[in-house]
Amino acid sequence: MSPLLDVRDLRVSFHTEDGVVHAVDGVSYSVDTGRTLGIVGESGSGKTVSSLTTLGLTRSRSTTISGEILFEGEDLNTMSADRLRRIRGNEITMIFQDPLSSLHPFYKVGWQLVEAMRTHRSIPKAAARERAAELLDLVGIPDPRRRVDQFPHEFSGGMRQRAMIAMALANEPKLLIADEPTTALDVTVQAQILALLDDLQRRLGMAIIIITHDLGVVAETADEIAVMYAGRIVERGTAEQIFNSPQHPYTWGLLQSIPRLNTPRGQELVPISGRPPSLINRPSGCFFHPRCPYVREAHKRIDPRLEAVEGDPGHEVACLLEQEVRSRIWRGLQQGRTPAELAALAQPEAVSQTGQAPSLAEGPSA
Amino acid sequence: MTATTKGAPLIQVRELTKHFPITRGIILQRQVGAVKAVDGISFDVHAGETLGLVGETGCGKSTTARLLVRLLDPTSGQVLFEGEDIAKRRGERLKALHREMQMIFQDPYSSLNPRKTVGSIIAEPYAIHGLYAERGARKKQVQELMDRVGLNPEHYNRYPHEFSGGQRQRIGVARAIALEPKVLIADEPVSALDVSIQAQVLNLLKRLQREMGLTLIFISHDLSVVRHMCDRVAVMYLGKVVELAGGDQLYSFPRHPYTGALLSAVPVPEPAGGKRQRQLLTGDVPSPANPPPACRFHTRCPKVQEVCRREEPLLEDKGGGSLAACHFPLTEEEVALQLPAGLAGSTVAAEG
Repeated sequence: MSPLLDVRDLRVSFHTEDGVVHAVDGVSYSVDTGRTLGIVGESGSGKTVSSLTTLGLTRSRSTTISGEILFEGEDLNTMSADRLRRIRGNEITMIFQDPLSSLHPFYKVGWQLVEAMRTHRSIPKAAARERAAELLDLVGIPDPRRRVDQFPHEFSGGMRQRAMIAMALANEPKLLIADEPTTALDVTVQAQILALLDDLQRRLGMAIIIITHDLGVVAETADEIAVMYAGRIVERGTAEQIFNSPQHPYTWGLLQSIPRLNTPRGQELVPISGRPPSLINRPSGCFFHPRCPYVREAHKRIDPRLEAVEGDPGHEVACLLEQEVRSRIWRGLQQGRTPAELAALAQPEAVSQTGQAPSLAEGPSA
Repeated sequence: MTATTKGAPLIQVRELTKHFPITRGIILQRQVGAVKAVDGISFDVHAGETLGLVGETGCGKSTTARLLVRLLDPTSGQVLFEGEDIAKRRGERLKALHREMQMIFQDPYSSLNPRKTVGSIIAEPYAIHGLYAERGARKKQVQELMDRVGLNPEHYNRYPHEFSGGQRQRIGVARAIALEPKVLIADEPVSALDVSIQAQVLNLLKRLQREMGLTLIFISHDLSVVRHMCDRVAVMYLGKVVELAGGDQLYSFPRHPYTGALLSAVPVPEPAGGKRQRQLLTGDVPSPANPPPACRFHTRCPKVQEVCRREEPLLEDKGGGSLAACHFPLTEEEVALQLPAGLAGSTVAAEG
């Protein structure tokens, strides 16, 4: 059976005064009904642009889009604007990061929910209003009958996000795209919203794409994870694969640069040096090479492709290091060694004498 | 572990209160209420330690920071710096206070003047205090500072827009340490930064603290970051300190149900390891203009009893060095259930 959404080799570039911005560069992913895909990356990694493109929201004269976005076998990329409008907000819906700017300040929340429904189906106003109250109740807003007649400014941040989710659910979508759905919220409210999404998915059986920079959030919600960097997917796998045996140096960097609640306190954070590259003048070779501690000369010329990780079905990585070298480095990192100490492992001399060069790899662990 | 009790505390906060009036009417304004942003908090800060202030939006942590450096004047209560009430300082004495206490702000985009060069932004404290006035000395000093915080000194004449978020935050740090203050107050210094950049700034702050012997007051809503940075942590809720404890103690054995719920809510970047019984709070934080009577947490507290609605609990010792304001502090079993695996009781076990 083909997946619900199947994105193949998507490329999006914007033509600006400064040059061509390659926001998304050959990205493929898919998501099945009832599953959650997490897309992780920093600002400028292309995670939001790729999902906006799914809904046709980046179409413009200065944008070049190529690739296929198959939703139930139909290509959303080549679809007419009219036909797409019938899918958007109906079969595929989206919730955005900032609930205040996504709700219209002049209209009552109930009215906005009714509009979302009546745009796509002909139901009488009264029935739609009734359903609006039901939806607010579904997403856990207390006293929904009174709340439908209130304006967005009368809602708190968490309630606005719930109202957004209610609107996204109004037409029982098959796919919900949540772009940083909890970034603007406090932790206790974030926990409520994530639990709500999880619960709704189980009840309504929709597919969810959750886009976030927060590794904690994806770990708790996603079944599969795609890590994006500079417009490309650099690593992809199940949540267990990404967190337990990450393969890409960028993923290692992300995992090691965040303080966690359950690691020893004094442990030093290991930041990724440098900063994300410009998407106009991208680095040559592997896009991560200017920040990668394990870079070899050849990596500055060769462009890595997403390849399967041997012995770990479903896990893919775009890294030029040999798998064996990668696993030795990751073991070293877990033992608390710094990337600088382990960098030598990646150099060709160390690799050519594999087996005889255990000096750093299998050295005494602390 | 903790840099405590070396003589008198550097900063003593006593019953500090800040109410912002809510007024109605345009010409004849009358006060119809008050936002009780900070409502009677007391704590000490010792020289050389890092004190964390955590809490959600509207709990009063940023107002507290502004009161400490006297960017705001308190409604009542005192802040004693080296034993002296800062509210009584005027003129030169107030200026001297600002040499001792400096602040780093959350948003590196709005806290730097876009029309000034980086060099003149960092040199501004020297201009105000008339330091390094000789020709060339100021520039040399500023370039040294830039080098120290990891900026390229050659970028002296560039403007803030030419820098990334992380670099801008470094400019803010350089400006804050220019006068070699004793106390640095960092208000959400990494919240606006990307994950891979956050660690750079956190490591920088830790290094500077070591090198300069700074006392750091670190304000954040991110409990993982606070745990990483702080020796002691104060948890705030609706203008009150509800729990104050050493970092290890607070995270391994929280006593206040609010602290427990906060820790329980933090997503852990581990697909299986973080599984635990979530203590989900219902509803949102009530408005600080109209906080609930008695215990302010009673409207959301899972352990609420009748007495919580009548009597306000005091911040008092609940054993193990934890201060908590709660009639029914969490028990060990409850903590073990709610917290992510590997956190509950971790340090207790290590010590025993």
